[in-house]
Amino acid sequence: MALFRRRILWVAVLLIVGASAPGWLGAYFLGVFTTAYYFGVFAMSWDLLFGFAGEVNFGPTFMIGVGAYAAGLMNNAGYSIPICLVAGTAAAVVSGLALALPALRLRGPYFGLITLVAVLLLLDLIVIFASVTGGEIGMMVPDVLSISATVNYYYAFGFLVISAVILYGLSRSSLGLILQATGQDRIEAAALGFNVTKHKLAAFCVSAFFSGLAGGMVTFYGGLASVDTVVSLAITVQIVIAVVFGGRRTILGAILGSIFLILAGELLRPIGQLNTFVVSAIALAVIIFFPDGALGWVLRPRDPT
Amino acid sequence: MRGLQILIDGFAISSLYGLGAVGFTLMFGVCGVLNLAHGGIMLIAALLGWWVAADYGAGPYGGAVVGILAGLIASYVTYFVVVRPIQRSRAIPRTEEELFLLTGTLLWGVMIQVGMDYLFSNNPVTMQPLVPGVINILGVRTPQNELLIAATCWIAIGLLSLLVNKTQIGKQLLAASINPRGLTLLGFELSRIYLIVWTIYGLLTGLAGVLLASFFGISSDNAGNLTASAFTIVILGGLGSVPGSLLAAYVVGYAETITAYLINPTLRPIPALLILVLVLYIRPRGLLGRR
Repeated sequence: MALFRRRILWVAVLLIVGASAPGWLGAYFLGVFTTAYYFGVFAMSWDLLFGFAGEVNFGPTFMIGVGAYAAGLMNNAGYSIPICLVAGTAAAVVSGLALALPALRLRGPYFGLITLVAVLLLLDLIVIFASVTGGEIGMMVPDVLSISATVNYYYAFGFLVISAVILYGLSRSSLGLILQATGQDRIEAAALGFNVTKHKLAAFCVSAFFSGLAGGMVTFYGGLASVDTVVSLAITVQIVIAVVFGGRRTILGAILGSIFLILAGELLRPIGQLNTFVVSAIALAVIIFFPDGALGWVLRPRDPT
Repeated sequence: MRGLQILIDGFAISSLYGLGAVGFTLMFGVCGVLNLAHGGIMLIAALLGWWVAADYGAGPYGGAVVGILAGLIASYVTYFVVVRPIQRSRAIPRTEEELFLLTGTLLWGVMIQVGMDYLFSNNPVTMQPLVPGVINILGVRTPQNELLIAATCWIAIGLLSLLVNKTQIGKQLLAASINPRGLTLLGFELSRIYLIVWTIYGLLTGLAGVLLASFFGISSDNAGNLTASAFTIVILGGLGSVPGSLLAAYVVGYAETITAYLINPTLRPIPALLILVLVLYIRPRGLLGRR
């Protein structure tokens, strides 16, 4: 119980710090954190599949990209932002399902490759239909969430907190436990009578839901949906880094990882191109020496589960 | 005429793809490692080869030798710095080793790509042709370099098959891919065999990188796509199956060439990806996969 209280305390402190940030942070850093929070949602929804279900999904940006572009296209067609977000999320879930239904028959590297191929095909489609999607330049959207850095920050912060609560709750529910069991020993989990495919599919849907919604939000935050911000494989790599750095299978670690990643990217800007090199090297060192990530490493000694 | 042109170009491209993928599949078959830094190793070989050939006047052959050596060294570094620590780590459960190897080599590949970008910029570079001149085959003008590249690929693949099928070392490699524990029980040191595989892998991949630079040219932006192509070919052919990878290399190579010539060069990668999706849905173990 003491442990529980302590953790609650930490979470409360972080919440207060996060919520009061606009009071003491400049507009520039608010923008940095806004990006980091959206990224945190990408990373958390990826962690649900990677950490819990043990599936190497190289295609998170497939769902993010579909969500972002669907929302952007709707907005260009004249619909308001909430409708666009709903449509984008729905498109992401449907396309995630279309990908997952056949792909979940595959395992390990085969699954990883098929999700990678989905991203490559999406990239090709965006470039081929450049007249609609803006191709490699990106697609502008007429509306934005807000032009105030503070309001944007609160949108992102609220979205992050709500997503984190839901995803963390799910990961601690029977769904999370069964996924974890499946990830560790698929056959045994199935032998215990759990419908492995159904649970993985559910995880995929949840992951697609949050990825798609976050993709749509990012589009309306920046006023732009582009390959570089929502589809590129570089984003996938960053999501991987955020999750392994923060600690996979913790959900909340993914947030820490994202904040670290985006902040490091900003702070290391003076060394130019090499910042990706340094960040990747740190993440590589983390997975070799602390495979449980930062949060896993902090929690491990006190929490022998 | 166009048919013959497709036949010749497709053959050269496919041979190169085959060489690029063979090391990748051998590595998985024997060591169980999917090296997502594969494209990065090809990149190192290609860029260092080009650099030595152009800036130090080593000529295309000197550059090729340096490039292959660079590929070998990069392969050793990958093994000792990334793969072995993950395999030996006590903190990583055996069941999750594959996940860690995938993410570890992925990060390493990104580091290589960014490092090369920093050192050589991302401008595409093309190595001088190994042999200059153009030859006329039944009315199709073909660079001699292209033919030499295809021939070199096949010589390298042939040497590999001789090594695997006819020598003592090759038999150990085969045994390690079938039953590593059995081989250990017979008194063979597995780590020595792994080292041999990484050596062969480095040489093959280095050669593929150098030939690629001489055929298409290469830029540090390509590393990810090169890995994705090799991954695609290897999965299409069946993980760990060398003949399967070669077959798949030809399927992909010809699908791309036919699309580029007959439909539209911008659609080039799409048919191969669609074929892959189709094959994986119908036959998840790939064309010639064992499991």
